[in-house]
Amino acid sequence: MAMLSFEQKYRVRGGTLVGGDLFDFWVGPFYVGFFGVTTIFFTLVGVGLILVGAAHGGTWNPWLINIAPPDLKYGLGLAPMYEGGLWQAITICALGAFVSWALRQAEIARKLGMGMHIPWAYGMAVFAYFTLVVIRPVLMGAWGHGFPYGIFSHLDWVSNVGYQYLHFHYNPAHMIAVTFFFTTTLALSLHASLVLAAINPAKGEPVKTPEHENTFYRDFIGYSIGTLGIHRLGLFVALSAGFWSAVCIVISGPFWTRGWPEWWNWWLQLPIWN
Amino acid sequence: MKFNLIFGGVVAAVAALAFFVVTFERPPVATEQGGFRGTSMGRVENPRTVAVVNARNVAPPALEPAEDDPTSPRASEIYENVRVLGHLSVEQFGRIMQAMTEWVYPGEGENQGCNGCHVEGNFAAEGKYQKTVARRMLQMVQTINTTYNSHVQQVGVTCYTCHRGQAVPAAVWATSPPNARLHRLLSTAPEQNRPVAANALSSLPTDPFTPYLLRDNPIGVQSSASRQADNNSSILGTEWTYSLMMHMSSSLGVNCTFCHNSRNFSGWQDSTPQRVTAWHGIRMVRAINNDYIEPLRPEFPPHRLGPLGDTLKVNCTTCHQGVNEPLRGARMLQDYPELNPPPRRAGLEQPARN
Repeated sequence: MAMLSFEQKYRVRGGTLVGGDLFDFWVGPFYVGFFGVTTIFFTLVGVGLILVGAAHGGTWNPWLINIAPPDLKYGLGLAPMYEGGLWQAITICALGAFVSWALRQAEIARKLGMGMHIPWAYGMAVFAYFTLVVIRPVLMGAWGHGFPYGIFSHLDWVSNVGYQYLHFHYNPAHMIAVTFFFTTTLALSLHASLVLAAINPAKGEPVKTPEHENTFYRDFIGYSIGTLGIHRLGLFVALSAGFWSAVCIVISGPFWTRGWPEWWNWWLQLPIWN
Repeated sequence: MKFNLIFGGVVAAVAALAFFVVTFERPPVATEQGGFRGTSMGRVENPRTVAVVNARNVAPPALEPAEDDPTSPRASEIYENVRVLGHLSVEQFGRIMQAMTEWVYPGEGENQGCNGCHVEGNFAAEGKYQKTVARRMLQMVQTINTTYNSHVQQVGVTCYTCHRGQAVPAAVWATSPPNARLHRLLSTAPEQNRPVAANALSSLPTDPFTPYLLRDNPIGVQSSASRQADNNSSILGTEWTYSLMMHMSSSLGVNCTFCHNSRNFSGWQDSTPQRVTAWHGIRMVRAINNDYIEPLRPEFPPHRLGPLGDTLKVNCTTCHQGVNEPLRGARMLQDYPELNPPPRRAGLEQPARN
């Protein structure tokens, strides 16, 4: 396969974490690496197991395919294949593939002499998943507290988990996470509209520079975070959203069993007004 | 500078840790699966909290059973003015009077013990409102245990289920005066945004009882089909229903998924059997409030009425007190056959029906 003119520059040898030179090559435009191999392995096995579960589940309707975790009675042990064992195996494959992918990102970043922003950012999503299917189930004492793999079924799980604590909007970490999610979309829309405005000037005028962008926001809200800053801010609010999502679910159950409104009793009982 | 930062950081960390320890709970927790695996139906409980609540919900030991020789004279033949329990033997009558004393007026002193209901020195006299109320409450117990088996099952209720050694049960309610105007546009109830036990300390309407446990306003708000045109439920009505559900959850020490699958709250096919019991319980509480308690309003002195002059009525907490089976399912009633209605109703005064 012919390489693009700039591609040679990116094909830097070395920087691997595991395996030395063994997998340090490219297939077409794709870097392989040790973690590329493990990613492919876990992905193929995991997707294969999902297909096995779907074939056994009685429906091929993609909305309704459901591979559920074990009954709570199996605790933190292994469950029979078609009573949650598949879910356990798929979870292992998923974590294997996700972590491999993050490490592959780290290897590529090392090759290019970049910072580790990409693997850390992606790792936050993996961490949230790990919290849902490992940390919280372990803290609550059963793999059955993981969420089922299915489009509708995982939504039903989310809804029921919320209502197990009567009113999830009172979960303090959920409040923070939701705020970060909305802030992420707000920041993204502000940023996107600014970029679109700068690169689509009136007919006959040149594309605007960051100086124009800064000036617009200084006039508009008195401050411009700048071209680099907006991406740092975006990374922070987006990762915070994912982090606090993980916190809000891990505290629901292991660290709070009652209705979330009741948690705010500490506020109601402050000696200032009580 | 560096020392100050480190010192400040340590102080903040200790304060944060103390805050989390004080305001949160800790593992291990107890969970009970309430549906197919992976649906997250069922209960999540803190076993340490449950132990405390359970210790508060213990049935007292039963009194020695009394003889009931069918040929012996009946209480109504021996004592004057026995209107409800006249079918009992004298021994049974004495036993249930003693039991009721311990359940309702166990204390020493004036207006305690027998004198809680009876005029001192004259058991037959009608001088005290408490006696009138007690008589009606006995008829209520008979009705609950016969008409509402759909809710109380074979466990049944006794006076103790609610009273727990107090003349006025600990958890009763009266309509509270509004703290704001009912505002349909802003969807605010005349009484909300005040965290009270009734709505499990949320901002929902604080009085879910008057509309649903006294009146029979419709509780269901969900449409049964998508884009149903004739569903006029409002946000306000939905929050009011939510408030009632919060009351039921906190009364029973359970969560929403004890009865409902939240993918379809209103659908019976997705709900657990407990929801059927709860449905009958709402009807039972309405009947208790409307047929037995509110009609007694003229009997009560003002200090036994609510701020708006209505009676102190029952809700789910009155019996349940934090556990899903009152007194954790203790079968007190079977130790007190005296509370069963008379075997032949025809010859005795029928309880008034309305």
